[in-house]
Amino acid sequence: MKKAILFCLVLLLGSVAGVAGAADPYPSSPISLIVAYTPGGATDFQARIVSMPAGEERYFGQPIVIVNKPGAGGMTAWNWCVEKGGKDGYTLVSYNMPHLIAQSIVSKPSFTADSFIPVANWGADPAVLIVPKKSPLKNVKEFVEYAKANPGKVTINGAGLYVGHHIATLQLEKAAGIKLTYIPEKGGTDAFQAVYSNKVMAGFNNLADAFRNTDNLNILAIADTKRHEFLPDVPTFQELGYDIDDASVNYRGYCFVKGVSQEAVDKAIKVAPAMFNDPMVVKKMKESGSPLKVMNNVETQKMFNSQKAKLEVLLKDLVKK
Amino acid sequence: MLETLQHMGNLLSLGNFLVLLLGSVGGIFFGAMPGLSPTMAVALLVPFTFYMDATTGLILLGSVYTSAVAGGAITAVLINIPGAPASIATLLDGHPMAKKGEGQQALYIAFVGSLIGGVCGVLALILLTPPLAAFALSFGPSELFWVSVFGITVIAGLSDGRLIKGLFGGVLGMLISCIGYSPMLGEPRFVFHDTLISGIAMVPALIGLFAIPQVLDLAAEVHLQVTKNKYMPKKGVFWPTVRKFREWWKTVVIGNIVGIIIGIIPGAGGQVAGLINYDQARKMSKHPETFGTGEPEGVVASEVSNNATVGAALIPLLTLGVPGSPTAAVLLGGLLIHGLFPGPELFGKHADITYTFIAGMLVAQFFMCGIGLLFARYSHAIMNIPNLIMMASVVILAVIGTYCVQNNMDDVIVMFALGLLMYLGAKAEFPSAPVVLGVILGPIAEESFLRGKMIAETDVGVFSYFFTGGINLLFIALSVGSLAWGLYGEHSRHRKRQNAQAASAAAA
Repeated sequence: MKKAILFCLVLLLGSVAGVAGAADPYPSSPISLIVAYTPGGATDFQARIVSMPAGEERYFGQPIVIVNKPGAGGMTAWNWCVEKGGKDGYTLVSYNMPHLIAQSIVSKPSFTADSFIPVANWGADPAVLIVPKKSPLKNVKEFVEYAKANPGKVTINGAGLYVGHHIATLQLEKAAGIKLTYIPEKGGTDAFQAVYSNKVMAGFNNLADAFRNTDNLNILAIADTKRHEFLPDVPTFQELGYDIDDASVNYRGYCFVKGVSQEAVDKAIKVAPAMFNDPMVVKKMKESGSPLKVMNNVETQKMFNSQKAKLEVLLKDLVKK
Repeated sequence: MLETLQHMGNLLSLGNFLVLLLGSVGGIFFGAMPGLSPTMAVALLVPFTFYMDATTGLILLGSVYTSAVAGGAITAVLINIPGAPASIATLLDGHPMAKKGEGQQALYIAFVGSLIGGVCGVLALILLTPPLAAFALSFGPSELFWVSVFGITVIAGLSDGRLIKGLFGGVLGMLISCIGYSPMLGEPRFVFHDTLISGIAMVPALIGLFAIPQVLDLAAEVHLQVTKNKYMPKKGVFWPTVRKFREWWKTVVIGNIVGIIIGIIPGAGGQVAGLINYDQARKMSKHPETFGTGEPEGVVASEVSNNATVGAALIPLLTLGVPGSPTAAVLLGGLLIHGLFPGPELFGKHADITYTFIAGMLVAQFFMCGIGLLFARYSHAIMNIPNLIMMASVVILAVIGTYCVQNNMDDVIVMFALGLLMYLGAKAEFPSAPVVLGVILGPIAEESFLRGKMIAETDVGVFSYFFTGGINLLFIALSVGSLAWGLYGEHSRHRKRQNAQAASAAAA
């Protein structure tokens, strides 16, 4: 008899637990967000701002915890996510475009753009062409003419290899038919310092950082398809007659690794864009001078596809054998 | 200067005062935990300042930065692991002092030294910002390259008379730092296994090289030592210890100069300053042979100059948005989140916040020192921990500290592997400090050389790019001088030893 009661109890408990498990909607515990860069960098900083309201009931209802996995320009984190990362829906990944796609094309790591399911995009930071305040080159036309007259002699820097700034440099070389010497720096602020102090002749850098520093440098043009609200007077390259599109724009957002449950994806694509548009997020992003650009999963997927197509052409010659 | 004094009053509000206290206590704790470097501490706290007003938030970040750099000395002295990268040079003499039972004095010296350095660094920030900011901008790839070469010449001083082995260790350290993707060319180097793809980060290397040999040494002795010395807090040693600073005035002055210069140079932080000044102190000393065996002056040299970098690193940050150290780079996020953009506006429109922040940094130095001294008084508690428990705790701290740098288990494997290698190396009398120096300076030297070479090739050519210009020549001269002095010192000590041996042989 005792055994039978015990059996029934176990059965009952089991079924209760089973019901509880099934009824427990995603997410039932905190979610990790893998950030591929060091704490305090622009991506980490913005990821922390946009993820702040995640704990509210109308969004995820669970906090999002930032986990930094820096290294190899982002590849360490993205490789880890694809190879070892959890597919239970509790591991969100922050992507940086065009870095992720450019690295997947050039270095052939474990991931490609197709390894990820886009959830939502929060930021878009176009690259701008900057020169030191004292530079004799005052506009893009003078810059291109000088570079034509001195092939390979113009030094231009950016935040590293195969990041948006590098892509923009390659595009400018192609569009204007010039040869530049690209200097990869350790990060965006290091690149700025070299431009301020005339150690290099020009640079591509983040619009968000450049517009705060117009005391020390001149901004010649934006590598995007339209002008930016922060810098209404700065023309785009297209306006000036150079065929440079938005392939170098630094997009940031959430994605999942393929294979995550549909329930998690459905929930995340619904709440993430709304969370990025939360008034508190909008205010903090604006105060810190970080350009916000919220896109839902469909728009983000479109951006993934178009950047991939453009970069495959642009980086064809750089692919490692 | 006056502006800062005027804003000192703002610190007296209850909220700001509590935050200052909390930041100092927390900072010392962060600093003492291996792996939780000052950079990490500030980065983790930036999001918390979202909810504070700008002044309070910045006071918190500033006080944590200051205390974390100093707090690293605790672990360095008591258990021979640099709690923060800046305290590498501190352990070279700090731990031998602790072994002799002078841990309490070593910590008194470390915190009073930190106070002096910290205050001088902040005073440089208050008084000399305009000229020094311009100086920071004159450091390009070639200048940074020569600074790192100057740092490398310190190897002789860290080798304890085993120059060849020290040089070998330095080269090994540089090779270790090459592992992973080349930042300049994007090529993977020495990546024999996926574990190594992201390279060997500095903090795991530091922990592995210092902590693991230490644990293995303790383990080897554990059966020998049945009864351990019982340490008691010593009374009346504080003033005699502090009074000795008068003898060390030269080290203190040079330490401040080194710290402030290294602090404003973007790309080199407290660890470089500490090591360079340690070496200078050893060279200037009348008894260089005592360094490495528990010489208090070595602790002073390291701690004065690593804390002098803190205020100085903020000079280019606040004026130009160019951080003078990795921690200052993270602090930039703390400014931006409140809409404070570096530049003239910070000292005009937002002067109220900025000067209160700087005043907070100044006061934080005293809080840091006070809390540190209080801790030193009770440091015997850690020294009395039985070896078996100590070994286990050090291993746990080492694993946690390594893992939390990049949340990467591969780093833990690398840390243990390096530690084992260093243990075997130490058995053959290879000193560990030069290896660490190579790990720290290798990447700076390599990247700045390649970057300089790329720029030079478009312009004046590599030779004239690296060998002309005042700062380049100055650092070349300093490097040659340091190397010559180091070699001469080694040589004369060697001869003295030989003479002594010959004399004792003759006597026998």
